[in-house]
Amino acid sequence: MKVRFFELAVGVFVLLGIGALFYLAVQVSNVTDYHDRDTYTVTGYFDNIGGLKTRAPVTVSGVRIGRVADIRYDPERFRAEVTLAIRSEHDYLPMDTQAAIHTAGLLGEQYIALEPGGDYETLQDGDELMFTQSALVLENLIGRFMTNLGSD
Amino acid sequence: MTDAIASLGRTTINALVVFGRAFVFLMRVLASLDIVIRRFGLTLAQVYSVGVRSLLIIIVSGLFVGMVLGYQGYITLVNFGAAEALGGVVALSLVRELGPVVTALLFAGRAGSALTAELGLMKTTEQLSAMEMMAVNPYRRIFAPRFVAGFLSMPLLAAIFSAVGVMGGYIVGVGLLGVDSGAYFSQMQSVTDWNEDVLSGVIKSIVFGFVVTWIAVFQGFNAQPTSEGISRATTQTVVVASLAVLGLDFILTGLMFGAG
Repeated sequence: MKVRFFELAVGVFVLLGIGALFYLAVQVSNVTDYHDRDTYTVTGYFDNIGGLKTRAPVTVSGVRIGRVADIRYDPERFRAEVTLAIRSEHDYLPMDTQAAIHTAGLLGEQYIALEPGGDYETLQDGDELMFTQSALVLENLIGRFMTNLGSD
Repeated sequence: MTDAIASLGRTTINALVVFGRAFVFLMRVLASLDIVIRRFGLTLAQVYSVGVRSLLIIIVSGLFVGMVLGYQGYITLVNFGAAEALGGVVALSLVRELGPVVTALLFAGRAGSALTAELGLMKTTEQLSAMEMMAVNPYRRIFAPRFVAGFLSMPLLAAIFSAVGVMGGYIVGVGLLGVDSGAYFSQMQSVTDWNEDVLSGVIKSIVFGFVVTWIAVFQGFNAQPTSEGISRATTQTVVVASLAVLGLDFILTGLMFGAG
C-alpha cells in the first residue's frame, strides 16, 4: 500500500497528541503516585487536625512513605479519626510510633510526620497509633500568649 | 413606538431562526456520521488540514505562553520566598485554563475561519448544489468529516499546548531564573491531579472542539452566497466561536472547580 504524505502526517500528529497526554500524566500529574499500589492502613486519633487534608503526605524523617487516605470525626471519642495509607514496603514501623501533624514552612501544606518508637512489634494493617500530637493552631498560640501577657 | 417593538421582535425571531437552523444542521451532520467509519480517508484528510497544519502555531504559542508564565509566576512567587512553587503554578494554569482556552481561540482563528471560508466558497460556487444534483449527500461527503476532524483534533492540540507550555516554563524557570529542577517537577506533581486537573482540561478541550467546529461549519453552510457574505461569515465564525469558548469556559470552570 502506498503511504500518502497526509496520512503519515496525521499519524505523527496523533502520536504527538497522545505523547503529550502521556507526558502530562507521568511528568506533570504523576498519576502513578496517587494510586499507591500496595498499602496498609493505620488509624490515628487527633484532638485537632488543623488544616490537614486527604492526600497529604505521610513522612518518616522527611521521607514520604504514604498519604492520608481519609479524615472523619469520631462522635464516640470526640476526636478526629485520620486513616493513613502507608506503602507496604515500609512494614518496619514499631507499635509505639508517634504521629504528629506538622506544617511545611510557616504557612505551607500540613503533613503527618511519623516518629518511630522502640517497640519490637511492628504496625500491621488496621492498627491504631498509640501516640498522636495535634496540629499547631496559630490562633490558640497567640491567644495563650496574650493571656500570659495580661496576667503579668 | 410600535415600529421599535416590532423590530425588536424581528431581531429575536431571526436570532431564534438561526439557532434552530444551526441545531437542525447539527442533527443532520450527526445523523450522517457513519461515513466517518465507512470512508475514513475523508476524515483523515480533514484532520490533516485542520489539526496537523495548526500544529506549528500551537507549539510556538504554547512555548511562549509557558515561558511568560514562568517569568510572571517567578516574579510574584519570589516575593513570598516560594519560587519553588513555580512548577505548580505553571502546570495548573496551563492544564486547567490556558491550554484548552488559548488552543480553542487559536483553533477558531486558524482552522475555524479556514473551514468557514472553504464551505462558504463551495456554497457560492454552487458546488454543494451540484453534489446534490449528482445524488451525493453533502452532509456525508463534506460536513461530517470536517466536523469529526475538528472534534478529534482539539483535545490533541490542547494536550500538546500544555505539554509544550510546561517545557517553556521549565526553560525560563530552571534555565534562566535558577529554580531548582527537582523542585520544579516535584512541586508540579504534588499539586496537579490527574483526574481533577488534567482530565477536566481534556473535557474542556473536547467541548470547545465541538462548539468551535460546529460554529465554523455551520457559518460556512449558512453564508450568504456572495463574496461579501463569505467575508461576513468568516468574521462571524471567529467572533462567535471566541465568545462561545470564553463563556463556556466560565460555566465549565464553575461546574468543575466551583463546588469543591
